Amino acid sequence: MLYIECPWCGFRDDEEFHYGGEAHIQRPTDPNELNDEEFSEYLYLKSNPKGVILERWLHSRGCRRWFNVLRNTVTNEITEIYPIDTLPNSKEGTEYYGQNWRRKSSVEKTIKPREYK
Amino acid sequence: MNKQLFRVKDLGQVDRSKPLRFKFDGKFFVGYRGDTLASALLANGIHLVGRSFKYHRPRGILSAGAEEPNALVQVGEGNGTDPNTRATQIKLEDGLIVKSQNRWPSLLLDLGYINNLLHRLLPAGFYYKTFMWPSSWWMRYEYWIRRIAGLGEAPKGADPDRYEKTHAHCDVLIVGGGPAGLGAALAAGKTGARVVLVDEQDSFGGSLNSNTDCTVDEHTTLDWRKRTLAILEGMPEVILLNRTVATGYYDHNFLTLLETVSPGQQNQSEYKTRQRLWKIRAKRVVLATGALERPLVFKDNDRPGIMLSASMRAYLNQYGVSPGNRVLLFTNNDDAYRTAISLKENNIPIAGIVDLREDPTGELVDRIRHEGITLYPGYAIVSTTGHLRIKSVRIMKLNDDGTKVIGNAKDITCDSIGMSGGWNPTVHLFSQSGGKLEWDDKFERFLPKIANQPLISIGACNGTQSLSDCLKDGLKAGAESARATNNKGRAPGTPRVVESKCNDERAIWIIPRENSYKKNGKYFVDFQNDVTASDISLAAREGYRSVEHLKRYTTMGMGTDQGKTSNVTALAILGETLGTTAPNIGHTTFRPPYTPATIGAYAGRNVGALFDPIRTTAMHEHHEKFGAKFEHVSQWMRAWYYPKPNETMQQTINREVKAARDSIGLLDASTLGKIDIKGLDAAEFLNRIYTNSWLKLAPGKARYGLMLKEDGMVMDDGVTTHLNSNHYHMTTTTGGAASVLDWLEEWHQTEWPDLDVYFTSVTEHWAVASICGPNCRSLLAELAPELDLSDEAFPFMTVKEGDVAGIAARIFRISFTGELSFEINVPRRYGLALWQALIEKGEKYDICPYGTEAMHVLRAEKGFIIVGQETDGTVTPHDLGMDWIVSKTKNDFIGKRALSRSDMLKSDRKQLVGLLNENENEVIPEGSQIVEMLQPSPPMAMIGHITSSYYSPNCNRSIAMALIKGGKARIGKTLHIPLKNKTIKVKVTDTLFLDKNKELTDG
Repeated sequence: MLYIECPWCGFRDDEEFHYGGEAHIQRPTDPNELNDEEFSEYLYLKSNPKGVILERWLHSRGCRRWFNVLRNTVTNEITEIYPIDTLPNSKEGTEYYGQNWRRKSSVEKTIKPREYK
Repeated sequence: MNKQLFRVKDLGQVDRSKPLRFKFDGKFFVGYRGDTLASALLANGIHLVGRSFKYHRPRGILSAGAEEPNALVQVGEGNGTDPNTRATQIKLEDGLIVKSQNRWPSLLLDLGYINNLLHRLLPAGFYYKTFMWPSSWWMRYEYWIRRIAGLGEAPKGADPDRYEKTHAHCDVLIVGGGPAGLGAALAAGKTGARVVLVDEQDSFGGSLNSNTDCTVDEHTTLDWRKRTLAILEGMPEVILLNRTVATGYYDHNFLTLLETVSPGQQNQSEYKTRQRLWKIRAKRVVLATGALERPLVFKDNDRPGIMLSASMRAYLNQYGVSPGNRVLLFTNNDDAYRTAISLKENNIPIAGIVDLREDPTGELVDRIRHEGITLYPGYAIVSTTGHLRIKSVRIMKLNDDGTKVIGNAKDITCDSIGMSGGWNPTVHLFSQSGGKLEWDDKFERFLPKIANQPLISIGACNGTQSLSDCLKDGLKAGAESARATNNKGRAPGTPRVVESKCNDERAIWIIPRENSYKKNGKYFVDFQNDVTASDISLAAREGYRSVEHLKRYTTMGMGTDQGKTSNVTALAILGETLGTTAPNIGHTTFRPPYTPATIGAYAGRNVGALFDPIRTTAMHEHHEKFGAKFEHVSQWMRAWYYPKPNETMQQTINREVKAARDSIGLLDASTLGKIDIKGLDAAEFLNRIYTNSWLKLAPGKARYGLMLKEDGMVMDDGVTTHLNSNHYHMTTTTGGAASVLDWLEEWHQTEWPDLDVYFTSVTEHWAVASICGPNCRSLLAELAPELDLSDEAFPFMTVKEGDVAGIAARIFRISFTGELSFEINVPRRYGLALWQALIEKGEKYDICPYGTEAMHVLRAEKGFIIVGQETDGTVTPHDLGMDWIVSKTKNDFIGKRALSRSDMLKSDRKQLVGLLNENENEVIPEGSQIVEMLQPSPPMAMIGHITSSYYSPNCNRSIAMALIKGGKARIGKTLHIPLKNKTIKVKVTDTLFLDKNKELTDG
């Protein structure tokens, strides 16, 4: 059972949280501009790496806030937790974010870049 | 009565002043406080305690701990009975009642033993090979096979015992209270760290209890153990848990511990708790789980009286129990020599030591020779005799490479054997934690290699053999773990230990046969599941080369003991058969729980009424008084229907449905989800979430809305009202309340944090009574004389605030029945008062409370959908014929883009239509499959299914809705519903069954 440090409430058992899937999949600015294939990529294609992943969690039985987590899918080690509207800070997280296939996808190019804090 | 012929005088730690009476298979015996069931039985000379799983061979007690594969018994009677419990871990209590298992009619005479003679019909994977003819007979064979193959009996009723859960945190959790674990607890405890020390046995100490041939700082091992425990008990931050198994090791140093509470402890409490499940989060874990002795694999090695050498020593030194009157030892290492010395010291006759090693040396061997005990170096047992108890063995000399036996055979009589085939470190928890194991060639065993979590393995589970090293490692690990959790202190000095040195072993995995051409006799590897060496070789020859396949094909290691005594031996035999070595074979996955755990412990107190919370409305008391039948809608108890005496359910529903259209119906609608939405951008937010347009909804007005998931599928629906500027009241389905709130929060927090909007669940704040029917306006006028209820002043889809029956209320003029209807919302605490006022004043109109079933009929008459009934996550608004609610002018909303994906535009998507049964009085079962082309028998192409189906008293006939492929194009056509005993013919229609001309006020 994971032990997750909610940025607002501190360490809690994972039964207080809900998993929210891959982080940093931004909704297209205007989905109508995407063709079916591109829209399917946004809707259905998810990263499934062996190793580091950036993902979203919700402290559903606590403060009900969303936040982002850097987790290793092999060891379940959590190395960074950061607010939902920011990018990762750690070297590992920044590298993963920069090298993720989504950064090169045509879908993301249609999105007005979010202003991360 | 108190015979205990095998109890040795003045030896061991049992309390001889406290005799305890217990019953085994109907006969009374006596043991002492401090005994396990196994030691008490052995003290009474009972080795035979069970019959084996497949061949029903007589079996005795093999071990003294958690690894026991044979001595599984049924404890207790009635619904509290516990099957398959290890006699070696049952604490003896006065009045304990125990039965042996898997035998009929009795343990001594078991008719299932015929399986032993029919073994050729039962090879590895027999269920794929034999009992195949005629194939239709398999069901009969299976019945008997299941009857004969077996363990204990599960209780029939609910578990009457009480179980608890407790949550804890600690700095250092130490698993295993042997010398290494006690040392670690001592060192960590001295720093002031919060320490939890657990041990699965009744008494701490592990091998200190039985290896009494050593001294620690000039004290006996028992003295050192006692002094250490006394120090630990004096430390306020140290928790000692005995009879507690660490069952599972999960992520981030989370472990589950299962504590069995003894009856003695229970008497101090009001509640009789049987077991307590600890969920513990440890900053550091110290694994000191010890090692399990391996049996040797020789012909008929399973006879009662044959046990593990160290277990024999434990029974002798800890419980003062002698294994027999003439003991033989069979070993490949020095362990049996220590047992022999203990036996000799207590004047128990020894038949000799058979040692696989050609030339055993060392101080233990010298001592044995000095004592005059007969030693057979380089010999092996090639066969055994004795049906219900071992009688004699035949030994022969091994050749140089251990592949054959040579020379003359020699028979030796004995009534018990202590065997030792080396040691397997107990790496179960380490492996569960994600740690990687490594094969150690020297001692042929798996050792912990790379840990994946903050833990350390010490003592025998880490391959350490000598007592002095175990103590040294324990003290060091305890101090280091405490320091790693910010506690300060140094390890206490290592005590001086006097012990004998143990030497290498000689691994021979299968003892060679006396005659290589005579293939009789069984060489058991897995005692519990009756898996023999030849089963493993056979599986390998048949191509089951992967260890995971081997396991499933032979059932090796699949018993309740999970192969604790057999797995490594089986891997080695598989390796030999395949011409490779154990490390190349790998090992099967170690999974929790370490030993079988009671399911009740995991349920804890969450049983019965506490299994799932029940939510009731403010009017619940009244529904009960009215004799309502209830149904569960998510966690809510909703009134289903209100039967009058002598009414059938259908009669009740017909009456309720008629009343709602003829005069006044009254529904408790409090369970609908309600979300209060505020903020400058509330309208913009709703506009993005709902499919229709929300920017221009004036204050005081309400609108129906449909929410889609991003994939275009209907997720929830409800009416949202603009109360006053930037303040909205959203309603959701009863079951969708929580998920809709989550949905809104998710979009707001993750995608549109720039919008100024706030959500609050107010489901519990409001009680809602919904009145409908032609007379409901007159009734409301009586209760709210100050309100203008005329159509002009209070039109459909608007809200008003005012007093109803003297209670401040929000009144919504919205309708789920198509009739004139008002939904009166009052603060929850006034709900019952409002309901009573409505019933009282409504009496002259014959006001009729109706339940959810009538509500379903009423809405179906008007073709209104219920999300979750007409939809299942694969249905779009267009499939439902609700195009009218999907805005064509809005550029975007959640789910819009998906609605134009190619798959959504297909004409053969399932679409919602109405169905009319040819037989007007017959209601089609919901869920029935619909076909176009009727065939004499299945398979037939199914084109859809019934989503709702009722008898409508207002239409005077049955009605149904269905999702059918290309349904709209089939309107007017006839389709078929093949049921088990008949076929129903239906006509496809639209979904409006009543009021086709839309004359109803709020239709």
